[in-house]
Amino acid sequence: MSAMLLPLADFTAPKIEYNELAPLLVVFGAACVGVLVEAFLPRPLRHLVQLAITVVAVVVSGVLTGILMNGKKELLAAQGAISVDGPALFTWLILLALSLISVLLFAERSIDGGLSAFAGQAAAVPGSEAEREGTAARIEHTEIFPLTLFAVGGMMLFAASNDLLVLFVALEVFSLPLYLLCGLARRRRLISQEAAMKYFLLGAFSSAFLLFGIALLYGYAGTMSLGGIADALSSDTGSDTILLAGTGLLGVGLLFKVGGVPFHSWTPDVYQGAPTPVTGFMAACTKIAAFVGLMRVFYVALGGSRWDWAPMMWIIAILTMVVGSIVAITQTDVKRMLAYSSIAHAGFLLTAFVGLAQAGSGVHNGITSTQAVLFYLVSYGFPTIGAFAVVTLVRDAGGEATHLSRWAGLGKKSPLLAGIFAFFLLSFAGIPLTAGFTGKWAVFSAAWTGGAWPLVVVAVLSSLVAAFFYVRVIVLMFFSDLPADAPDVALPGWQTTSAVALGLAATVVLGLVPGPVLDLAARAGEFIR
Amino acid sequence: MNIGWLTLLLLLPFVGAVATMLVPKAKALTAKQVALGFSLVTLVLTAIVAVGYHRNGGEEYAETHTWIKAFGAHYALGLDGVGIVLVVLTALLTPIVLIASWNDAQHGRWSEKSFFAWILGLEALSIGVFSATDVFLFYVLFEATLIPMYFLIGGFGGPQRSYAAVKFLLYSLLGGLLMLASVVGLYVISAKAGEPSYLLSDLMKLDISQNTERWLFLGFFFAFAVKAPMVPFHTWLPDAAGEATPGTSVLLVGILDKIGTFGMIRFCLGLFPNASEWATPVVLVLALISVLYGALLAIGQTDIKRLIAYTSISHFGFIVMGIFALTSQGLTGSTLYMFNHGLSTAALFLVAGYLISRRGSARIADYGGVEKVAPVLAGTFLFAGLSSLALPGLSPFISEFMVLAGTFSRHKVIAVIAVLGIVLAALYILLMYQRTMTGPVRDGIEKLKDLNAREVLAIAPLVVLIIGLGIFPKPVVDIIKPAVDETMQRVGVTDKAPQIPVTEGQK
Repeated sequence: MSAMLLPLADFTAPKIEYNELAPLLVVFGAACVGVLVEAFLPRPLRHLVQLAITVVAVVVSGVLTGILMNGKKELLAAQGAISVDGPALFTWLILLALSLISVLLFAERSIDGGLSAFAGQAAAVPGSEAEREGTAARIEHTEIFPLTLFAVGGMMLFAASNDLLVLFVALEVFSLPLYLLCGLARRRRLISQEAAMKYFLLGAFSSAFLLFGIALLYGYAGTMSLGGIADALSSDTGSDTILLAGTGLLGVGLLFKVGGVPFHSWTPDVYQGAPTPVTGFMAACTKIAAFVGLMRVFYVALGGSRWDWAPMMWIIAILTMVVGSIVAITQTDVKRMLAYSSIAHAGFLLTAFVGLAQAGSGVHNGITSTQAVLFYLVSYGFPTIGAFAVVTLVRDAGGEATHLSRWAGLGKKSPLLAGIFAFFLLSFAGIPLTAGFTGKWAVFSAAWTGGAWPLVVVAVLSSLVAAFFYVRVIVLMFFSDLPADAPDVALPGWQTTSAVALGLAATVVLGLVPGPVLDLAARAGEFIR
Repeated sequence: MNIGWLTLLLLLPFVGAVATMLVPKAKALTAKQVALGFSLVTLVLTAIVAVGYHRNGGEEYAETHTWIKAFGAHYALGLDGVGIVLVVLTALLTPIVLIASWNDAQHGRWSEKSFFAWILGLEALSIGVFSATDVFLFYVLFEATLIPMYFLIGGFGGPQRSYAAVKFLLYSLLGGLLMLASVVGLYVISAKAGEPSYLLSDLMKLDISQNTERWLFLGFFFAFAVKAPMVPFHTWLPDAAGEATPGTSVLLVGILDKIGTFGMIRFCLGLFPNASEWATPVVLVLALISVLYGALLAIGQTDIKRLIAYTSISHFGFIVMGIFALTSQGLTGSTLYMFNHGLSTAALFLVAGYLISRRGSARIADYGGVEKVAPVLAGTFLFAGLSSLALPGLSPFISEFMVLAGTFSRHKVIAVIAVLGIVLAALYILLMYQRTMTGPVRDGIEKLKDLNAREVLAIAPLVVLIIGLGIFPKPVVDIIKPAVDETMQRVGVTDKAPQIPVTEGQK
């Protein structure tokens, strides 16, 4: 009898560090409030209220993250399940900043006749009477705001998870809202729904791989925590076969989210089909969360077996850069082109990841891999959202005119817009005095510092190929004549205007004076266990 | 007295570019006047800087501020003897090009004022490139010069301008990106040795292993060889210079391509002296091929502008040869050559541009007997051509002679073969002159107008300088010499003592 009661008597409540987890809790809490708003508030009020809640939550969470960064207190929170360390806080900050811009784009209603980019009634069959009625009644899905908040919270958790199980849960928390958001385009609904379906099926597949890998690693180490796996590796107790298989499967799941070749095939379809603001959000934020998650798992848990996985990552990095930049040349749709460009960028990021330049290894005083990747994510995220915001503005009767041939002569029609887009493209191409250049420089030097100079050479040559297709768009916009049936440039509302302006400002500032952000990334230090 | 002269020089054209763009579209003339005004003020400032230059060797007017600490990058400017010559050339050619191209941008894709603004932007970046003493800053500005040039070619050139602009950009980017790999490599070495720093003075102290030095050298050299351009990386130049407006071609060949040869002196020889010596045989042979192949192709051209572009490839062969001959005479000659080539090619391109704009064709076959109809035009064309073929008494002769003499003292065979280049130069220039200017007056030439006052005004300073420096080159040589001596010291070579020493006159 007493033996049965004993466990209860020993039970102590888990210690939750509410202060350190506050940024996460604010976002998730606001998401839940958003769901309640959806249930209880009259329809006309919802858009404004939801937007306000979302913006306030993101800003408050950002401020809290800033305070935490300032306090420089690193710890493993929630019984070691979440690691609130420098890289995690830095990631939270950029995720929140980019989400804020994305949310502004989501809320834009002035470019498509007073309606947002999202379907009025997702359940209505495309082209049906119900759809027309919904449009006439100006119905819209304000659920996108809580969905976005859930996705942001999931991403934040993903980047900070110190336990494979938390990692998996976080992955699902940010993926499921994204699947939904992808299918909600107001225009070209079929292709949007197709994109959502593809994303969901392939995403489910990759989740299964990830889960299988987690299970195998658990079998190897007997624990889910990243630190525990690292300990098991150093004592080298388990079976190597299980370790390798687990590493491989886990890698597949993570590289899928990163968009590494050969796990990239979902990217172009999904990027093309999803509503453009969502594409921008995914391209920037998903990549950030996935990359930090990838680094955390492989550096913290599997750092001890780096000689086993580094060769595989070398090959994937090379494939990703080469395939991403070469296939992009043949694209005729601006969103697909940006999708392949994002794949190429994942490849550049991977060079720094496999460079494995870590602080304190005593060989150098230069830039570390973590610092380089974090900086690159910032310098890639802002122009990306900015570029997709520009895409939403070039429209004809059928919605956005995304076919590249429709962009011919845009420089004549709207020099400002075309100039801004050209600037974003130059940044992607890594032309100096833009954010892209400093970012590229950072990842290349981290890769070389870690001895991966052949990767740097491949990366440099891929950059040239990539520059070709970016420049081709600039040629098209500025050096081609304006056709008679050219698409219109919509007059953006304050939301899109500020999103583009923020993207542009960040691209310029990071190109001219990247010092402060680089220092911030350096202060983030390394992942803790 | 550090008031940031060089920063001022760099900012002024840039401010001018912005000011030009701010002038309302309807007032094209005002915009052009504003642009010209800014370029003239820049010229005056450059003159002040040049007069105040002390010729003591080392960097003058140095400014150093930390820019990106994590990268070890500095905003560091300073001028040595080579740099100041090229800055002066840039400041000189820009207003000349603006005056000469006064009406050339009317039929461009964009407004005239943007043509003038891009030129000023290019001037600002070029001055920055020639005065940067930090490798990172140099690289950034080096790549940034591509953007104004790209839009100048693509926006205001001939029918194939888009193709030419993209080809120019991709060739330059290929070189630039390989150089980026080397630049990153320098950072890694610098970081391993202590605090990372891109300052030239810090990088020169680094101890680089032989193999690494050679690889890094190749990255830099490739970029400069594409830029210069040397055979076999030259094919972009005829397209670009052939399609661009004459003014753009002057800036491209006269200034931008000099970055390549300037970079060879400052970065290849300065940072990788041992690797430079190691590469000398191959580079000299490539330079020789450039000299002869460029000249031969020039003879075969049917298009005036392409012909001039090929002559430049030949001239750049001479410049590279003088640099890698590693004698003080060759190096001084090469630096002087860069300046003189800027003057003579500018004159040639601009006069050819005057000619082409009158007839509306660049084909040599469309001309004949021009000297009867427009004697002043023909006369300046002949003068420019003679300076390009290095007629004694004109400034290019001195530099070409110094390059050949400098090369001869170390590499006799190469120098002897290179002399053929002079013969070929006479051939391509005089043949072109004969075909276009002499003989019976062709159809469509009868009503050709002679040069007007504006056109003469643009050419006049070039003519004066070419003659003046041809007779008395000492002021320029005196500025160049200390910088060359330092470079020689750095490479660790000394001039061979002549076999027959000059002795005091025997009694």
